[in-house]
Amino acid sequence: MRDVAVVSFVQSAVARDAEHNEVEMLVPTLHAAVAESGIPKQDIAFVCSGSLDYLQGGPFAFVSGLDAVGAWPPLRESHVEMDAAWALYEAWVAIQTGEVDSALVYGFGKSSPGDLHEIMTLQYDPYYVVPLWPSMVDMSALQARAYLDASGRGEDDLAEVAARAQRNGRSNPYAVRAGDLSAGDVRARPVTHDPLRDDDIAPITDGTAAVVIAAGDLARSVCERPAWIRGIEHRIEAHSLGVRDLTTSESTRAAGAAAGVANGKVDVAELHAQFSHEELILAEALGLGGDTAINPSGGPLASNPVMSAGLIRVGEVARRIWSGEAGRGVAHATSGPCLQQNLVCVLEGGGN
Amino acid sequence: MAVPLVEPHVLEYPGGYTRSVGPVIGRFLTSLRDGRIEAVRLADGRVLVPPTEYDPTTSAPVAADGPNWLEVGPRGTVQTFTWVASPRAGKHPLTKPFAFALIRPDGADTALLHVVDCGSADGIRIGSRVAPRWRAERTGHITDIEAWVPLGDGEEPEPPALHAPAEDEQPVTGITSPTRLEYELTAGMATARYLEGLGEGKIIGARAPSSSDVYAASRGTDPITGDATSIEVEVKDRGVITTFCVVNIPGLSELAPEIPYVSAQILLDGANNTFFGLIRGVEVDDVHMGMRVKVKWADELKPDHTSILWWEPTGEPDEDYDRYKDYL
Repeated sequence: MRDVAVVSFVQSAVARDAEHNEVEMLVPTLHAAVAESGIPKQDIAFVCSGSLDYLQGGPFAFVSGLDAVGAWPPLRESHVEMDAAWALYEAWVAIQTGEVDSALVYGFGKSSPGDLHEIMTLQYDPYYVVPLWPSMVDMSALQARAYLDASGRGEDDLAEVAARAQRNGRSNPYAVRAGDLSAGDVRARPVTHDPLRDDDIAPITDGTAAVVIAAGDLARSVCERPAWIRGIEHRIEAHSLGVRDLTTSESTRAAGAAAGVANGKVDVAELHAQFSHEELILAEALGLGGDTAINPSGGPLASNPVMSAGLIRVGEVARRIWSGEAGRGVAHATSGPCLQQNLVCVLEGGGN
Repeated sequence: MAVPLVEPHVLEYPGGYTRSVGPVIGRFLTSLRDGRIEAVRLADGRVLVPPTEYDPTTSAPVAADGPNWLEVGPRGTVQTFTWVASPRAGKHPLTKPFAFALIRPDGADTALLHVVDCGSADGIRIGSRVAPRWRAERTGHITDIEAWVPLGDGEEPEPPALHAPAEDEQPVTGITSPTRLEYELTAGMATARYLEGLGEGKIIGARAPSSSDVYAASRGTDPITGDATSIEVEVKDRGVITTFCVVNIPGLSELAPEIPYVSAQILLDGANNTFFGLIRGVEVDDVHMGMRVKVKWADELKPDHTSILWWEPTGEPDEDYDRYKDYL
């Protein structure tokens, strides 16, 4: 295996950007990520993105996105219709092949133009589920109740997660929802999607993110303390909720075990939890204990730019490693209904 | 600075998306049409409902016939649920508040997602016993069960109305799925400025500080460098045809003229990209590469493409091939 590190990370997020289209939002993010990497743009040998056509209701979002990269001379490029964390995985594989030494990975999307929770309905089974039109929140509420019932936890536990996310969000300039909130404050608000409250549901966010990753000596030459990717794995389970155990996340557990989460102390974990109960399920699946700071950025409950939010988890861990705030951390990303598919990335400073 | 432009946009497949369901799902939907719930026993003994073409654990194929098929339900047990206080018209199967639930039919080991008509959020809990309320007219669709309803102790499920098949009725092979999504799209600052220019009878382009290349109708970036095109440049409303095609297919759009007509790529004077336009005011056979053309503006200018009616010849001499060869 080649050593690969995250050497730069840039994000943007607002609740609603009514001025710029997706490409215009992406331009400053990409340029800053390349500039901060210290690697000349023409030397970055691979480009990979994550986007979703349905967010705008038009085809080929990734083709438009290339206008923000600059695609002449022609690039070696790829794309996933998934969160950009999976684009990171593809870029990491590309570096492992030995054909490239660096890559620019980015995600972008605006959730505000359409109804995100209804758009996500189209990812469900088209024969048995889509005709009933359950929203993304409806589906997650089914999981939340199943989890609370099986775990013996209650709405107080959800409220603790929701309140901490907003408190942590106060120190995150990209948080679109933040405040000095207690669990009691959350509990005092109405249940909107039984058993969930609005505070348990990630806020609608328009935004972008980009990272540059580089191999071995190149990473060391441009970054004082690279955030080395020690393990990156993803696992998927069945599509239908009715055949899955919704009270745990076996795919997260398996990905975490394969990525080596338990091989050392986890100082920080950034989890792609778009609902309060998902954070609890994920922390259990990854075996995270009280000595791990979970979602110090506030996580997706504070800022959730769809198609970037998973990649941002990687960036949030990486920047804490660059600064020395954390020695080792775990980033998680998810895709599909109710944590169907999960990616776990272990990052570490020093040692190489 | 342009005023931000936001426009409604609808993504819809008129008449609904038609889907072939295949033999396994087709058999299940056919059983619903008959007023029964069929399931399939997997290799590990678990009874799967609704059936899929593959074992969800091993991905082994599931046959559409054979002894592994059995009837389950109609009684079932709620595994989990959520309350929907505000149903969406035209999407949700019920117009009054209802619950979404995962329901495990008796005899099955898995659950199916459906709606429960239970009056209020207090009318359902994990473990609630429910049974289908069948539609009288069934077509072989997941909504042939209109809703599941609570079942009291000792209460018998309401039997389905008898399905009277047409003489030539066949097993279900497909469904239609209406899909409609609504958006409020943002044009973006560069496109908004370009459209604003059309309302003033101008074609607005832009360039990035790092390049002299000007893009008519810029989308906000220089696609070669990816730099933002922050400098506005007005380009001419005339230029040269680089390439064209003669359209002989009628009705391509509501705005398309009578066939035959010509659509062309036009390199505008002062721009470094080509621009799409319809060519009129000239016989189709006389249109050629290198021909000089100009905009025929509408009498009433608006900030959209209706301001450009078409492009017509200027009468100027043709351009040399060298002028436009890099834009082909």
